[in-house]
Amino acid sequence: MPHDHHDHLSPSGHPYRPDDDHPLTYWQQMEIAVRELLIEKGVTTAQEIAAQIDTMDARNPSHGAAVVARAWTDPDFRDDLLQDASAATREMGFDIGPMRLIALENTDTEHNVVVCTLCSCYPRNLLGLPPDWYKSRAYRARTVKEPRKVLAEFGVTLPDTTTVRVHDSTADMRYVVIPARPAGTEGWHADDLATLVTRDSMIGTGLPKSPDIA
Amino acid sequence: MSERQYMRVRADMPPGHVRTPAYLRGKVGWVERTLGPFPNPEQLAYGMQAMPLPLMRVRFTMADIWGADADRPRDTIDAEIYRHWLEPAEAPHAT
Repeated sequence: MPHDHHDHLSPSGHPYRPDDDHPLTYWQQMEIAVRELLIEKGVTTAQEIAAQIDTMDARNPSHGAAVVARAWTDPDFRDDLLQDASAATREMGFDIGPMRLIALENTDTEHNVVVCTLCSCYPRNLLGLPPDWYKSRAYRARTVKEPRKVLAEFGVTLPDTTTVRVHDSTADMRYVVIPARPAGTEGWHADDLATLVTRDSMIGTGLPKSPDIA
Repeated sequence: MSERQYMRVRADMPPGHVRTPAYLRGKVGWVERTLGPFPNPEQLAYGMQAMPLPLMRVRFTMADIWGADADRPRDTIDAEIYRHWLEPAEAPHAT
């Protein structure tokens, strides 16, 4: 059926995809209206808004990886991070704004995974924007109901001796997982360890890369 | 370990900007830690004077949330619940 009208095919031989343009939604119109009013009234400027977008876009998982690698190599920092992750990451020099952060440490017996069932709360001010799947209804609904099945689909299969702790980010706190340090990395420098720390390992849906394949 | 402080999440379904997930309402867990105070989002979201409230990280077992449907009964869910949504409770039956 899809290929029976040749005038619907592009020169590449594939069908044209419909444009994804659509009329503005109510909330898109509301955002534009509020933004333009704030600029008109002199509360903020277009330049300030653009600068904030640039600041957010500059945040990325490598910042979290540096935090994790330091926690692996600096026991005092690890203690500080578990005590007050906001203060510890600011002390490292990361501009996390007003974010209230809790660090969750994976061990031999506990595996932490983070979800926001209500919306899309994520430690953006450290890790940058969340992956699209983090905001999907399937991830949000299933992670609190059948976390081990969700983790298995991400390639993480945990032994029965490990307790899974799901953290539903429902209110004012944000969460970053400190994955367990991979075996075979004794004596590694923090900068090298950071290359093993993936975004998913800091959400809890992944594990750090193995040193053999990094 | 100090004694666990058990709390039941209110089973109400009020309209408004409520940050208490529906799947936890009526469920019993214990306080993992207390945070805050933070302004009540149910007032803050509407530009009202927002009352500062303790925010409690409550830990629930999968068994206490999902019952016989629980994937692994001893796995846990932690959620942040504002104090006005919680009332002291007895420990649920051991699972």
